[in-house]
Amino acid sequence: MTDSITTSSRGSKILGITSIVSFVVLVLLAFFVTDPDIRIHPETGEEFGQFDAVRLLYLHVPMAVVTYLAFVICAIASAGYLVKRTFWWDSMAHAAGEVGTLTCALVLITGSIWGRPVWNTWWEWGDVRLMSTLILFLLFLGYLALRGAFVSPQSAARPAAVVALIAVLDIPLINRSVEWWENRTLHQKSTLSELKIEDLTLFTLMLGILVSLLVMTWLILHRFRVAWLEHIEFEQGVRTAIEERRQIDHKDQ
Amino acid sequence: MTHLGYLIAGWGLPSLVILLYAVRLLKRGVRLSARVPSEHARWMSSPKQNGG
Repeated sequence: MTDSITTSSRGSKILGITSIVSFVVLVLLAFFVTDPDIRIHPETGEEFGQFDAVRLLYLHVPMAVVTYLAFVICAIASAGYLVKRTFWWDSMAHAAGEVGTLTCALVLITGSIWGRPVWNTWWEWGDVRLMSTLILFLLFLGYLALRGAFVSPQSAARPAAVVALIAVLDIPLINRSVEWWENRTLHQKSTLSELKIEDLTLFTLMLGILVSLLVMTWLILHRFRVAWLEHIEFEQGVRTAIEERRQIDHKDQ
Repeated sequence: MTHLGYLIAGWGLPSLVILLYAVRLLKRGVRLSARVPSEHARWMSSPKQNGG
């Protein structure tokens, strides 16, 4: 611990330490306690299944859940900004949007890594869930690019909020895609809602979701505080520039 | 353990990316906190209590 001023607070430190400890527990459970997915074919007696590749479930699915949640927070905060027009809402939307985009990229990457040993492919262009998730990622990448295109955060806030509210509509599409287009996806139907998994697997998956929620909360909290400070710094810069201009004008007169 | 390479890549890469992002956020926070008066950082009760 240092005495420097940071975006940390007592609560965020507790959250951070809890996240790290619970992540270590998750890794231990995922790699050393849960069983690999090995099934026996009833007729041939041969082993089949995902084997140890199933251990990617405990990271990939929780990250997908927190990605959805981050984007929903972004959309709610965007709606809040359009109603209230305060910087708090815009900062929250920005923070959640950025963290969600990062986790969405990781969902696509871990899904691709998982798909190679299980489906024998890194990527399937005809898979509706993969494509709708890729579209979601690109929409929020565009959202962040739009924010970056404006010099003033205040100018970016309104168009960005509208984009976020449109982009989030892709989430129900992703979620239902495996049922609406079940012949056009390699994904199975919802693992959680159908409860097809056993107790320890389910427990580890739930722990994975909890850990991902803790990490996402820590990241959004700190990203929010960074956005807040950036806004204050920008306002200070504008005030200083106006003051300097006034002084120059005063001297000229 | 089967598929060890996939497991290392699948767990290691996201963990590393999130760690780097978190470190970057903290560094940006330190840099910005030094430029902005502490009364604007509402999460701090005081700089000393806030720690590092």
